Amino acid sequence: MGDTIASLKIGEKGVIEDFSLDAIPLSLLEMGCLPGKEVRLIQIAPFLDPLYIKVNGSHLAIRKEMADQINITKI
Amino acid sequence: MEGSVTTNIALVGNPNTGKTSLFNQLTGLKQKVGNYPGITVDKKVGVCKISENFTAEIIDLPGTYSINPTTLDETIVLETLLNEDNESHPNLVIVVAEVENLKRNLLLFSQIKDLQIPTILVINMADQMERKGISIDIEQLKKDLKSEIILISSRKNTGIDTLKKELVNYKNWNTEPIASIADRIDKDFFDAIKKDFSELSLYKAWLLITQQKYCSFLSAAQKSKIEKLNSDREKIKKYQHKETIFRYQNINEILKRVYKVDKLQATDLRSKLDRILTHKIFGYVIFAVVLFTIFQSIFEWASLPMDLIDGLFANLSELVKTNLPEGKFTNLIAEGVIPGIGGVIIFIPQIAILFLFISILEETGYMSRVVFLMDKIMRKFGMSGKSVIPLISGTACAIPAVMASRNISSWKERLITILVVPFTTCSARLPVYAILIALVIPDKRVLGIFNLQGLTLMALYLLGFGAAIISAILLHKVLKIKNKSLFVIEMPNYKVPSFKNVFYEVVEKTKAFIFGAGKIILALSIVLWFLASNGPSSFKNAETEVKLQHQNSGLNKEELQKKIASYKLENSYIGYMGKSIEPVIKPLGYDWKIGIALISSFAAREVFVGALATIYSVESEGDNVGTIKQRMAAEVNSEGEKRFNFPTGISLLLFYAFAMQCVGTLAIVKRETKSWKWPILQLVGMGLLAYISAFAAFNILS
Repeated sequence: MGDTIASLKIGEKGVIEDFSLDAIPLSLLEMGCLPGKEVRLIQIAPFLDPLYIKVNGSHLAIRKEMADQINITKI
Repeated sequence: MEGSVTTNIALVGNPNTGKTSLFNQLTGLKQKVGNYPGITVDKKVGVCKISENFTAEIIDLPGTYSINPTTLDETIVLETLLNEDNESHPNLVIVVAEVENLKRNLLLFSQIKDLQIPTILVINMADQMERKGISIDIEQLKKDLKSEIILISSRKNTGIDTLKKELVNYKNWNTEPIASIADRIDKDFFDAIKKDFSELSLYKAWLLITQQKYCSFLSAAQKSKIEKLNSDREKIKKYQHKETIFRYQNINEILKRVYKVDKLQATDLRSKLDRILTHKIFGYVIFAVVLFTIFQSIFEWASLPMDLIDGLFANLSELVKTNLPEGKFTNLIAEGVIPGIGGVIIFIPQIAILFLFISILEETGYMSRVVFLMDKIMRKFGMSGKSVIPLISGTACAIPAVMASRNISSWKERLITILVVPFTTCSARLPVYAILIALVIPDKRVLGIFNLQGLTLMALYLLGFGAAIISAILLHKVLKIKNKSLFVIEMPNYKVPSFKNVFYEVVEKTKAFIFGAGKIILALSIVLWFLASNGPSSFKNAETEVKLQHQNSGLNKEELQKKIASYKLENSYIGYMGKSIEPVIKPLGYDWKIGIALISSFAAREVFVGALATIYSVESEGDNVGTIKQRMAAEVNSEGEKRFNFPTGISLLLFYAFAMQCVGTLAIVKRETKSWKWPILQLVGMGLLAYISAFAAFNILS
């Protein structure tokens, strides 16, 4: 299996691949988390969850379970 | 535009765009908080004089990232914009965006624009463009978005006049849609919708289909048409995703032409602060210090105004009694209504101070970091990082705390938060704790520095939090609710809080408390007053009876009056209630007098002290707490032992720590959960816990 947002290390970047519609809520898309966009992991919360990311200009925090659903290609 | 029909202007925008600042600038103090019909979210409305002869009503809709709702607050935006019969349905919409997150802000703008209501785009924080190296070609953007655009700075109060001038002109605005969703997704499908809903804009029809469950206003005919189109849920969902992707593509193309950022200017203050504030050690240390400061300030700053309010209402009662003719009506005012209102007002200082802090923390952007830090921990207890705010608020009053849970999008996490919040030590418990601790805990120092009474109070606080956490874990295990986690939060940039916004927020939250809970507390106070000041025949003969008993005891007039009052209470309806529950509370170490105080506490817990004062026929006003303490200390039970001995005191403390003795909270929980099931669960569950622990404590200790 390829990488997901959850497999990024702090400071690393990736490009979001197409994701399955069932796993990703519409609201995440609406916040700017879209296929083809660059995502950077800014910070991980103390107990390794949630993740603080910058994607498509937005600074967001998402839970690990969701980050695990979003495939990326590391760059 | 004299009189008749008011023009409604809706303010819509992402959170953290300064939408509320703009609202405050436009309306000033001419704001009111109302309720949306049928639902319970507070509605903020204000009047604004746009020009000489154009006055409009401005409604500040809850902040949202999209017209498709994920939380209770956000459904309001959808409902208000779609339902033309809604009394707040706008004639025109102001979409507030901010320079830095323009791309994401434009998603919401493009959705609203497609509803074909006259819409204007306001770009806020324009004063920061230069510092952040941002430049925007406004003229080109106006053409691309087919809209008027105004640059403003709500903080520096610039651009507001230009905005007002443009608003006058709203009937001439271009209302063409900007994202023709149909052609890019599935032309045939959307053509069918167009045909079925020819009277509506296509996007509106599409929203009715996708968001049908939130659209309670649909006619039967519309419903059946929608159901037909709605049959393939998978397809609808896919098209919603496609729509969003398409909208972003559109926005990206536009911004590529008009929006430039000089990356070199980007500051790294944000990342430095983030690193410290969300650090695995410093992050929690800082949060603990912040919490400690809040609690400390609530105590320090609120005690003086609270004493003043207490004294003021006592004097007011006295004044009414001496100046109005004696009678039932005077008594109702002096003993029912005035203390009832006082019982509500007394909480204002603590609530205001608490919300002062919370709104500062939210304004600065720190609160999102707390949510980020606490989410994983809170999830172990079945709650969300967002539950931290209600739990902190609960230390002032559970009522605003329950309301603060609305932005938690997962129903299970929100429900658990609501259910456990009343365990946190609210300010109404403090007077009860204070007197009981003073009675049964020696005023000693332990380990040289700690005051034993202070430690007991702290232990009670921790007990409250502990009970909240443990019951949350239990509920998490027991409640079988499908939990779809939709946890996506924005981490906004840090900002210096605006004094004006903080001020308005505090005023609004305090008002919501007074008018939400105040009514119930007041009503129950009056009922309790009635029960305490009326009774069967023995009550009516109180005066002669007492005079007879004390004929030769040489009491002065005042002492006699107190004896009469005490006798009356004993023989009033509430006195009989106290006596009838005595068998139940006896195992906890209480007698019927304490029973009366327990029943009276249901309006608000702090009434306990006042009720005991009346029963023991002592003054209860302000400075004389010492008197009631002495009187309580001297009280003996049937075996001649001290009534408020250590076991009974601890038993009472535990009872007050756990029991759900607050009708106001129960009512709010009913309102927020739309069911009697949950408040009843709280009442019974917390009641049982209180009873059992008080029983255990009393029997082990004595």
